[in-house]
Amino acid sequence: MYPIPIIAEALINGLMLGAVYALVAVGLTLIYGVLHIVNFAHGAFLTLSMFGIWLLWEHAGLDPYLSILMLTPIMFGLGYGVQRFIIGPAGHGRDNSILLVTLGISIVIENGLLVVFKSDTRTIATDYGFRVIEIGPLLLSWPRAVGFVATMATAVIVWLILNRTDVGKAIRAVAKEKLGARLVGIDVNHIYAMTFALGSACLAVAAGLLMPVFYVNPQTGGAFVLVAFTIVVLGGMGSVTGALLGGLLIGVVEAASSLFLGDSLGQLGIFVLFILVLLFKPTGLFGARI
Amino acid sequence: MSARDLFPILPVLLVLAVLPFLGLSGSLLNLLIFMMIVALAAQGWNVLGGYGGLASFGHAAFFGTGAYAAAILQTRYGVNAWAALVAGVVLGSLVGAFIGLLTFRSGLKGSYFALITLAFAEVLRIIANSSEITGGGAGIVVPIDYGFENLQLRDRRFFVLLAVICVGVGLVITRWLDRSKFGAYLIAIRENEDAARALGVNVMNVKLGAITLSAALTALAGVLYTQNFLFLDANVAYGPWISIEALFAAIVGGLGTMFGPLIGAVVLLGAGEITKEFSGGIPGFDLLVFGVILIITVAFAPNGLAGISLKSFRRKTRGHTARSSRDGGADA
Repeated sequence: MYPIPIIAEALINGLMLGAVYALVAVGLTLIYGVLHIVNFAHGAFLTLSMFGIWLLWEHAGLDPYLSILMLTPIMFGLGYGVQRFIIGPAGHGRDNSILLVTLGISIVIENGLLVVFKSDTRTIATDYGFRVIEIGPLLLSWPRAVGFVATMATAVIVWLILNRTDVGKAIRAVAKEKLGARLVGIDVNHIYAMTFALGSACLAVAAGLLMPVFYVNPQTGGAFVLVAFTIVVLGGMGSVTGALLGGLLIGVVEAASSLFLGDSLGQLGIFVLFILVLLFKPTGLFGARI
Repeated sequence: MSARDLFPILPVLLVLAVLPFLGLSGSLLNLLIFMMIVALAAQGWNVLGGYGGLASFGHAAFFGTGAYAAAILQTRYGVNAWAALVAGVVLGSLVGAFIGLLTFRSGLKGSYFALITLAFAEVLRIIANSSEITGGGAGIVVPIDYGFENLQLRDRRFFVLLAVICVGVGLVITRWLDRSKFGAYLIAIRENEDAARALGVNVMNVKLGAITLSAALTALAGVLYTQNFLFLDANVAYGPWISIEALFAAIVGGLGTMFGPLIGAVVLLGAGEITKEFSGGIPGFDLLVFGVILIITVAFAPNGLAGISLKSFRRKTRGHTARSSRDGGADA
């Protein structure tokens, strides 16, 4: 058995990594809640964003946190374009077809990155990467704490966009009643693309928060995509609050199972949890909709 | 199903069986074997994904179980290769039935089904990667011992023949789906599950039968993989690559069609080989092309290559072929 401070440290660090997971999941659940599609390319978009952060660091010397400001509009635009001009037309509005198109996009992005960057793993060595905060007997990772705070701030911004702007109102209208929204003059395809863009923009933020503590290679997103789906399912498909809470929970579960079972089996905990939730509580633990 | 129904299969098998004896080079023979293995896995995928409308992202679970069962039974328990083949197929179908029992009981379909199958395959991959019986991360090597009784054929041409026979079994099974009550039930469930149930179709049993049959074919592909390459590790056996290639081949070739998976596997792997040739073997380039082909297929030819050729054939014969082919595609 481990001493209590080590367990507490692992769990709190897990909670903070979970916050970034939550951010990835917020984007995914937003897209699901409004478009009712499972965006399998979400992980690949995250990988793309992480490479963006890495490129800006490597070639422009830009701090990852600063790069977020630059990358967010780029990912927003990319997300808009991909939904509007590829997924929308190619999916024919059919569940399976859309899933397959997003799978195709993820394969194109992942392997495009593989062609350009090879399979090497890249990291960013910031001077704050290993900085710790001492709270009593606990040593907490500084960049993870930043990730936690910034995630909460981003979640508030997403909430404000959804609840305090006209676009947000339209998004909520489309999520609730697509036909009705169209009848009152909302351009549904535009709103779909805006939602997809918003979900992709969350990934730019997540990527900037992840890079100081994580690594990137063309397959990185693949590891995140099932985690993100687990969170989304756990939180109730389409629920933003659910995704936030689910993300934190998953972070803790992963930290705990890595601590007790080792790193490779730690991943197992997430998949098993995913399967169990889908089988026995597919509406999620907090089944509220946006 | 009468003997007449099998007629279209014979010429195709004949061509495939003669092909290796036309003096192909060793690397072309290997490509042909690999095409047949992927085609077989795709035929399995097509039973569930094409006829049943249940798109799985985790057929690696069945492929890997077949592959590992064959390898482990031979190397650790000294079981004869042919018996191991049978055991691999049986174990693979059991995994299929087990996953089916759990997921269908919970009423999972569409994207949920795709994701949960992926999760099952990943669970198996992680377990296989860290458990002792599978050789862990180092993998498992089946010692070379050529001989028909060991299912190891020194002459690659005969291995092609063996793989073609297995693909033939897949074709016959698919043809049977086209002609049998079971197949009609399965298609009815794909088109409208509630309506099928209301008409008295035992939805649960038919779906279970479909996933078991589907898993059996894909597990057979796994066994062939083991016997051909004589090496296996967790990422090969349970890795996402085979789930993706089986799905790709079935969709690009034509969902719910008899020859679709075979056409898809030949075209995709052929295209992959050509791009490798042109790009100088840059890793990832062939898959990049696959991804683009998948998107284009879903966007412009939802019934795949077989669908395109059927359509032009029908236009020429002005509907004489009636509506024997599947028009529905993969709608959930």
